[in-house]
Amino acid sequence: MTSLSAKDKDRVRAFWAKVSGKEDKIGSDAFSRMLVVYPQTKTYFSHWKDLSPGSAQVQKHGKTVIAAVADAVTKIDDLTAGLLSLSELHAYKLRVDPGNFKILAHNLLVVLSIKFPKDFTPEVHVAIDKFLAAVARALSEKYR
Amino acid sequence: MVVWTEFERSTIQDIFSKINYDVVGPAALSRCLIVYPWTQRYFGGFGNLYNAAAIMENPKVAAHGRVVLKGLELAQKNMDSIKATFADLSKLHSEKLLVDPDNFKLLTDCLAIVVAAELGEDFTAEVHAVFQKFLAVVVASLRKQYY
Repeated sequence: MTSLSAKDKDRVRAFWAKVSGKEDKIGSDAFSRMLVVYPQTKTYFSHWKDLSPGSAQVQKHGKTVIAAVADAVTKIDDLTAGLLSLSELHAYKLRVDPGNFKILAHNLLVVLSIKFPKDFTPEVHVAIDKFLAAVARALSEKYR
Repeated sequence: MVVWTEFERSTIQDIFSKINYDVVGPAALSRCLIVYPWTQRYFGGFGNLYNAAAIMENPKVAAHGRVVLKGLELAQKNMDSIKATFADLSKLHSEKLLVDPDNFKLLTDCLAIVVAAELGEDFTAEVHAVFQKFLAVVVASLRKQYY
């Protein structure tokens, strides 16, 4: 769709500075929430024994995912280059349908809205939404 | 036919009893117009939508936000017949307002985010899942009369 303006990047970095420190809980909550609210996403994790929100594997994977998002914030000026190896992983090994990136992004936005009801203003929302869409695009780069 | 469990019915009732209609309706609509600016195409007569501040202060947006939420309350009060209840509304959106039905999802996504902020930690994954199901039924019903 659209690329990130300088203002978008500033807003993302400024808001993410507030997220710092709370990332693990946010990541685990967003990821486990996605499995509950959009059960079709569980199909990618059939190799895990326990897909309930409290499960260790679910919690850990939420942290993995959000750590990658936090890393993407530092690489916001060139996501395609910065996320190259992750893109290859998703394209050749994981083969997650890209529609699911949007679903995960939505759950992340919901959790951010819960944790930061005052700071997650509509302007911050649109900047983060654009950023997550750009991350999704970078992750889909190698798909075909 | 949509089947609702007791938990789902009481959860939806609970959500609607807890949220402030005057806050949630306007906040969800204005957030939609800000986050997905192309949705502004349907509100040419609303005056100043130039930037986020203008949208959030626009009285027509606020009033219409309340109208939208009242519509959702209608669905909540008629949970076993949302499709029938919304037949005329669906026709209105399709034939008169000419709204691309893909936009319904954009608005309901913003609604989920606004309700999440209102309810805070009470908006658990389970509550969220029920609300998502309710919104999906509402959206499907609004799409029904599009030909």
